[in-house]
Amino acid sequence: MKLTRTKAFKTFAGPAWYENPINMQMLGICSALAVTVQLKTAFVMTLAMTFVVSMSNLIISLLRNVIPGNIRIIVELAVIASLVILADEFLRAYYFEISKLLSVFVGLIITNCIILGRAEGFALSNPPHLAFIDGLGNGVGYGSVLMSVALIREFFGSGSIFGYTVIPERLYAAGYEDMGLMLLAPAAFIIIGLMAWLQKYLVNSRK
Amino acid sequence: MVELLSLFLNSVFAGNILLAYFLGMCSFVAVSKNIETAVGLGFAVIFVLTVTTPVNWLIFHGLLAPGALTWAGLPDVDLSYLKLIIFISVIAAMVQAIEMIIDRFSAALYAGLGIFLPLIAVNCAILGGSLFMVERNMTFIESVVFGFGAGVGWMLAIVAMAAARIKLRYADLPSGLEGFAITMIVTGLMAMAFMLFSGITM
Repeated sequence: MKLTRTKAFKTFAGPAWYENPINMQMLGICSALAVTVQLKTAFVMTLAMTFVVSMSNLIISLLRNVIPGNIRIIVELAVIASLVILADEFLRAYYFEISKLLSVFVGLIITNCIILGRAEGFALSNPPHLAFIDGLGNGVGYGSVLMSVALIREFFGSGSIFGYTVIPERLYAAGYEDMGLMLLAPAAFIIIGLMAWLQKYLVNSRK
Repeated sequence: MVELLSLFLNSVFAGNILLAYFLGMCSFVAVSKNIETAVGLGFAVIFVLTVTTPVNWLIFHGLLAPGALTWAGLPDVDLSYLKLIIFISVIAAMVQAIEMIIDRFSAALYAGLGIFLPLIAVNCAILGGSLFMVERNMTFIESVVFGFGAGVGWMLAIVAMAAARIKLRYADLPSGLEGFAITMIVTGLMAMAFMLFSGITM
């Protein structure tokens, strides 16, 4: 059996590209935009998000036969909130600078619709290993959009990638200027709109 | 008084919780398809933000902040790491309580707002309001003004967007651009317009 035909691969690739949580399902946009001024913060946010969504999927899937139906939302929120607190405390302890830059947005992972959506829609009705892979796929799908937006914004906005200046001095001397708009909020909306357009076009034309 | 007014104007316009801090995007994209529901959800958000931000202020400064438990003989205890889980529970409980109160006292208001209230518990703008209140060290009065202002700003943005999307129905868009993509681009243009207000100071 080819790798691309297995159920596990499909579970991973679906959310990572075809059903991308941000561009195709329009979930979790809140945090996606705010942390994309630099690649560094976007990368840390991706790691935190992937950790929370895959672990919460795993835990909720393990508990799926024990949770009573009518209080499941509260149980899910409690699991998610505890995982987010872990991620937040970890960042504060080891990467204080980055955690200052991310400010409230790590905490806001709790209300990120992707996580609750996956818990409700996938983890509650699938076995733990598939739920975990689905979480990873969603994390990667979310992260890839985040990183591409951050790459565009950091490159055009501050002329650097991961904090290293890549645009040579000579270009600045010749009159090149960084695009200030890229660092501001409107640019994030417009870039994500254009990316969603491109991805939807590619997925549609494949069909 | 002047500071409060300028805090209010800032949270409605230049520091708009949706257009400058991207909070509450999910329901913004999903519910901005027609004006009436947008207005309904907007009022519900104003209401819930104005109530939960001060309530969370009282809980944070009365129980969770470093040294807040001095009255109980525990001056060294710092429970602030619990703020995320406490805030989200308070918000969920408040939304539930508000729903029951409205249901009991005003059938007309319940018919208008009722269906939107459960949606609000997972709206990032509400939790974001409380977290910003902690992050910016606000006083109690400031937290009330900020909660109200942030709600008004959110409503302004979603109603404007709903109005723009009605016009967009007649636009002939290329394949793939319709729906989410064009909504984001229009939001970007709107955010640019809102940034012009940043020159206003009291």
